[in-house]
Order: sequence, then C-alpha cells, then structure tokens
Amino acid sequence: MINPHEIFETITMISNENLDIRTITLGLSLRDCAHPDIDELCNRIYDKITGVARNLVKTGEDIEREYGIPIINKRIAVTPIAIVAESSKGDYVKVARAMERAAAELGINFIGGYSALVHKGYTSGDERLIKSIPEALATTDRVCSSVNIATTRAGINMDAVARMGKIIKKAAELTADKNSIACTKLVVFANAPDDNPFMAGAFHGIGEPECVINIGVSGPGVVHSALKKLGPEADFSEVAELIKKTAFKITRMGQLVATEASRRLGIPFGVVDLSLAPTPIIGDSVALILEEMGLEKCGAHGTIAALALLNDAVKKGGVMASSHVGGLSGAFIPVSEDVGMIEAVECGALSLEKLEAMTCVCSVGLDMIAVPGDTPDHTIAAIIADEAAIGVTNNKTTAVRIIPVYGKKEGDAVEFGGLLGRGVIMPVNRFSNKLFIERGGRIPAPIHSLRN
Amino acid sequence: MRAIITVIGTDRVGIIAGVSTILSESNVNILDITQTIMQGFFTMIMVVDVSKSGINFEQLAGKLSAKGDDMGLKIKIQHEDLFKSMHRI
Repeated sequence: MINPHEIFETITMISNENLDIRTITLGLSLRDCAHPDIDELCNRIYDKITGVARNLVKTGEDIEREYGIPIINKRIAVTPIAIVAESSKGDYVKVARAMERAAAELGINFIGGYSALVHKGYTSGDERLIKSIPEALATTDRVCSSVNIATTRAGINMDAVARMGKIIKKAAELTADKNSIACTKLVVFANAPDDNPFMAGAFHGIGEPECVINIGVSGPGVVHSALKKLGPEADFSEVAELIKKTAFKITRMGQLVATEASRRLGIPFGVVDLSLAPTPIIGDSVALILEEMGLEKCGAHGTIAALALLNDAVKKGGVMASSHVGGLSGAFIPVSEDVGMIEAVECGALSLEKLEAMTCVCSVGLDMIAVPGDTPDHTIAAIIADEAAIGVTNNKTTAVRIIPVYGKKEGDAVEFGGLLGRGVIMPVNRFSNKLFIERGGRIPAPIHSLRN
Repeated sequence: MRAIITVIGTDRVGIIAGVSTILSESNVNILDITQTIMQGFFTMIMVVDVSKSGINFEQLAGKLSAKGDDMGLKIKIQHEDLFKSMHRI
C-alpha cells in the first residue's frame, strides 16, 4: 500500500501548493476542411471541431473529480489556419469567428492555431492571414494567434519581423479600450514547437497526427514549498536533486491524466509538456522559487544561474516521469501572470534586459511584457529580432508576447484579468533601430544549422 | 476500482462511524484503514473498493465532503492511481 506520508504529500501539493494540470489540449488537424468557398470552409471547421472535441470538457471534468486533481483548462490547437485557408477566397477573419463559435459551443476558453509559419517567406495564404490578425484578435475573445518568423535551420525572416512589429501595434490600437488585450493572444516565435499545449502559442503542427492529446502540468508552488522546507543551508547539489524529485512527481501526475484522457476520448496521447507554468495566484510563482534560492528579488545578479539550474533540474526530473515529453518544456517567465515577477518589476529589480538574458536559459521568451503604448513598431520588431537571434543561435524556442498598451506610459499599472494577470508598463530602450529593421531580407541560418 | 479516502482535521468522536456509515449505505467495501497524526493534523486514510458502489463516484464524493463539512473535517475520495503514479515507478 502507498504509505500515509505519500498520500498526505500529494494532498498537500494539491490543496495548499496549487498543484494542478494546467491544460488538456486537444491538437486537431483541419487540413481536410479546406474549400475554395470561405463560408463552406468555416462550416467545415466548426463542424469538425465541435464534433471531435464534443466530450473534451466533460472528460476533463470527470477525471478531475475521480482523481481529485484540478484540471484548469481544456483547450484546442488546430492546424495553422494559413495552411488550411490557403485555397479559400475571402476574408480570413471569418475563420477566426468560426473558431470562436466552436470554442464557445464547447465551453473552452482558448483555441490556438490562427497561425502562420513564415520563417523563410510568405505564401499567399500566410500573407493574408498575417494581415488579418489584428482584426481577428480584436473581434474574438478565445482565438489565439502565433507566427513563426525564424528557425535555426532557416535563419530569421526579417521582413516578417518588421511586419509583426506593425501587426502588434495595430492589434494594440484596435483593442485600445481593453488595455490592448488582443496582443495577449498573439505570440511571435522562433523555433516554434509543433506540439505545445500552452496558449497563446499552441497550434497543431504539420507533422502531427489527425488528432492528439497533449498535457501541460503546473506546479511552481510545489517546487517553492519543497525548497522552503529544504532551508538555506542546503547546497546547490541538494537544491537540484530536490527540484528533480519534485518535478518527477508533478510530471507523473501529468502522465496519468494524459493516459486517462487519451483512453476515455479515444484520441492518441502526444506529449506531456514539462513547463513550470505560474499563475497570478499567490504562491504559484517561478520568481519566488528563484528568490527562495537566496536572491532578494528576482532580477538580482544570480537570477540567470538560478533559473538555469531550475530549468535543467525540472527537465531531468520530468523526462523519466513521462513516456513522451515535448512542447516547450522549461520554466515559463510570463511577467504579468507571475506575482513574484510583477513585484520584481514594480520595485525596479527586474528589467527588460534582464528578462532577455533569462530567456537564454529557460523556456519561451519575453512573455506578457507590457510596454508603453507609443513604443514604435520598429522597436517592437527589434525586440522580436533579438529574441529570435537568441532562439536561432541556441537552437531553442523563443517567443515574444509583448503588449504596447495603448495610451499607457512607463510605470502605469495595467490589468488584463484572470490568468493573464496584471502588470506595470516597463521602460524600453529609446534609441532608434528604424534603419536596422527597414533593411529587411533574411538573416542567414547560423553555421551550426548545418548538421548533416 | 480502488480509491483512497482521506480525512484530515481535528480528532473527535464519530469520525470512523460517520464515514463508514456512508460507505456501508453505498455498498463500498473498506479494504484497509489507518490513522495517524501528521504535521499536527489528525489523518485517517481508507483504501476502499468502489466497484460495487450503489451510487456514482461524484455522488459518493459529494456525500463524504458534506459529512466532512458537518464534522469540521476535510474528507476527500480520490482514485488510487493518482498516488500510485506519483510515488511508485
């Protein structure tokens, strides 16, 4: 029998330390929905999503009840719409609205895949999709969009980088009355993964099967509590060992839910994403883990080393706990969604430049960063280019989810609500990069992309 | 299917009686029972077989949880596999 201490430990993790399954994400191919008439395409998309995923929410809730483990989100990621809608004539925003209707019908809060993969250049479908992103995001609540503008193999598409600076500004402007919330649903990627279950960057990649179940776990609170119990005397070997063990337990739960959801829905299991995903809830913060290691505030010198250790130990612990690991799998540092990060920004400990450096050693990139509304589009593009360079050079995923909040200035507070959290407008380097961004073209792939 | 019932709170008269009455009424068999004090909390753990239960899992969980509220305790029932998967390779 399982001993009482183990049972008590699991229950404490769930009830006191915010351990949960962050998301069950159903990846679904929409490639067979293609049709020259965009209205027919929309009907097919709506029918397919609401058909295949009809039991997703109920199954998630059943598992939640039987295992007593909270499953926060049930979501859907679809084939990048630029591919699905390539041969359709008409306005792509209609497709976003069809996705929105399907998500509302199913009772899910986000649907991802209003996306395009343009790391080497645009097709006509990519071009039309990207152009439609601001309106699509401004006129829907649940649809998430992502654009992959670079890969290690292809280099960085600087035309797309420049373009995304303008698209983000436009999206911010169209939702000026709602703190530019459209930008919280738009991710610009380098080396985007095909099987990421986390929003806003989830899409169902082109090598994926017809449909698949991917799971994202959470648990910064559990790691934080474990470290707190370990105390300040423990050295880094002990810290790493403890994080590994904790990550193993968290991931095992993810694997269990993944297997069970897959069996009940009759949909194959894809991956468990090992990412430590924070929420705005007190005690569910990645920043607080770093501070527990001995930093006065996240952002102090030592933050990168602490984050590197955390990220590596989470992967080492998690990888043995799951049969297939994928997605982003690393610690997330979304500023507005992490109460410790917000406080670190507010007290001046954490800057945009430090966050950039942090993205070299952890998952994703500049995530949920609120900047002044008058930040020029070329500066936003240059921020994207820097992140893409980090991703491409280090052979990892990086992303930018930045919100130039319309009408807000440096130091202003901004509230996005719910899981998106709140933030402070961060200062941005004001020196111009206009000429740099206007050059366009492609930054060639780095030499280590040639691996054959 | 086997499930684990956990009762956490302050010790008092009638905890086992209260829980086992609900289980007996629902035709749920108790396979093992243990109680201990952990981190200052009274903790009772029961392993039960719910496969012949007369009511569904959700209803059973609701009854136990309501009983817990009456007695000032936290009573949960969870599928055994949750604990097995987390603590056993």
